[in-house]
Amino acid sequence: MSTDLHLIQSMPDSEEMEVSFGPQHPATHGVLRVMVRLDGERILDARPIIGYLHRGTEKLFETMYYNGCVPHTDRLDYTTAAANNQAFVGAVEKLMGVTIPPRAAWIRMMLAEMQRLASHIIWLATHALDIGAMSPFFYTFQERETILDLFEEYCGARLTLNAMRVGGQPLDLPEGWTDRLRVFVDQLPDRIAEWERLLTDNRIWKGRTVGVGVISAADAVNWGLTGPPLRGSGVRWDVRKALPYEGYDQVEFDVPIGQNGDTYDRYLVRMEEMRQSLRILRQCLDRQPDGPVMAKVPKVIKPPKGEVYHSVEGPKGELGFYVVSDGSTQPYRLHVRPSSFINLQVLPELVRGHLVADLIAVIGTLDIVLGEIDR
Amino acid sequence: MAEQETPTPQAPAVALPPWEANPVTPAPQDARQHGQVAELAAALPDAVLDAVDMAGQVTVAIPVERALEVFRVCAERLGYEFLVDCTAVDWKDRPEGRFDVIWWIHRHRDERRLRLKVRVADGVEVASATPVWKTANWMEREVWDMFGIRFAGHPNLERILTWEGFGGHPLRKDFPVEGIDTGAAVYPETYPPGGGPSAKPGGAQ
Repeated sequence: MSTDLHLIQSMPDSEEMEVSFGPQHPATHGVLRVMVRLDGERILDARPIIGYLHRGTEKLFETMYYNGCVPHTDRLDYTTAAANNQAFVGAVEKLMGVTIPPRAAWIRMMLAEMQRLASHIIWLATHALDIGAMSPFFYTFQERETILDLFEEYCGARLTLNAMRVGGQPLDLPEGWTDRLRVFVDQLPDRIAEWERLLTDNRIWKGRTVGVGVISAADAVNWGLTGPPLRGSGVRWDVRKALPYEGYDQVEFDVPIGQNGDTYDRYLVRMEEMRQSLRILRQCLDRQPDGPVMAKVPKVIKPPKGEVYHSVEGPKGELGFYVVSDGSTQPYRLHVRPSSFINLQVLPELVRGHLVADLIAVIGTLDIVLGEIDR
Repeated sequence: MAEQETPTPQAPAVALPPWEANPVTPAPQDARQHGQVAELAAALPDAVLDAVDMAGQVTVAIPVERALEVFRVCAERLGYEFLVDCTAVDWKDRPEGRFDVIWWIHRHRDERRLRLKVRVADGVEVASATPVWKTANWMEREVWDMFGIRFAGHPNLERILTWEGFGGHPLRKDFPVEGIDTGAAVYPETYPPGGGPSAKPGGAQ
């Protein structure tokens, strides 16, 4: 964070201007501040300034029991709580050598894929709203509501789920839950087609997204991008395929990629990912094994001395947790690899030379959540 | 039920499924002979100080003064083109050097990961990985901000999550969890400095 507090500053003897964009701006998805150097409407340079939401979560983790950390992971990226839970408990399980029962793994996969849908729905709604298309917001949030209702029925919470424990799942699925999920899974493809009718061939939408914020495949890898921003540039890489966890090596799904690495391709990738998530959900519903949902783990989690890194494919990219244990009941150090933090870094590269309005489109296409960036 | 006439008794010798047995805790093993480590050792003799395999994850300890050389060899010759993450751990009273700085690198060719680690004392500079992987930029700023480890050759080593002028590095073990008085309190009478999770009663109502 920097302490220069001026909002607009004109440069002497030139048309250049430096504008503070945010931190209170509805299009920045929270408290992102970008110092933009402009020549008229054209962006010469942009400098993201973050940290307004820093809560010291990594420090707080060091004072908590392992299972007590789970609700705090919910609050990192509050739109993808299930993925955060999954990455954290997966890391601790790896450190302890726990194998979770297959049913628990499949429940986790279901929750994670539902969360991916919910997250992509929020992204689509707000991204379209930022660019000026208001209707998708109203259409999409209806479907997200159904997902949140299902979450609520499973674990009692809608947003901050706290739905996983080290060693498995705290609860089995409630009666009739899978039927309601199946109804939802069957009706969503029509809804996605409807949303795509609003946008995919829309001239204004294409005008605002095609060729905006282009990044090449080599640059995307060097900048450490993961998730849809990486795949939009044509790199077919997904943690679920590369380093499979839980049951992802037993389900069939494709990893969609883009060609041009622009905002429009990232849009297409995410839309196709929603369909692939539905495909995974359908297989989970058909093939979920029976049995217990909790492995044999002690009440107080006490992993051995050591360190382990575990990552999952979150809706926004690779989400990793690094756990260092000194053999006590609290983590000695717990580090998060936040996908949004690393994806946001590339913002100046994507907007240089574009117009101010494109900055909004690029922030939307990176799909960032400041709760995770600032931790 | 049709199959009730032949109830198959549980054979006592059958092993329990892994989730019903006690967890088998992974133990660190020497990994000097591991393929990825041998590869690195062949490319850069005496850059591998130690190698440990824990839960299938290989950690290689490298000398701090050769870090940049190791990064270059890993990225350009061994194909680790993706820097996953970089962070640090504070071992406050360790005599051989207070901090561990850790990098995870990944290569897409065979989806293998490697963890590089250096051990540094307080005040020792570490080479920045930004010339090799641009993504190291913010990660190193975060390590500087949180631990106070400086990176030589970083293009813009500023604090990132706290502000310039913040006193201290929060993830050091001697930094108090309840926070410090930064002089930035808005209503110090109502919310005294040093509030936070372990605030004493009598503060905010």
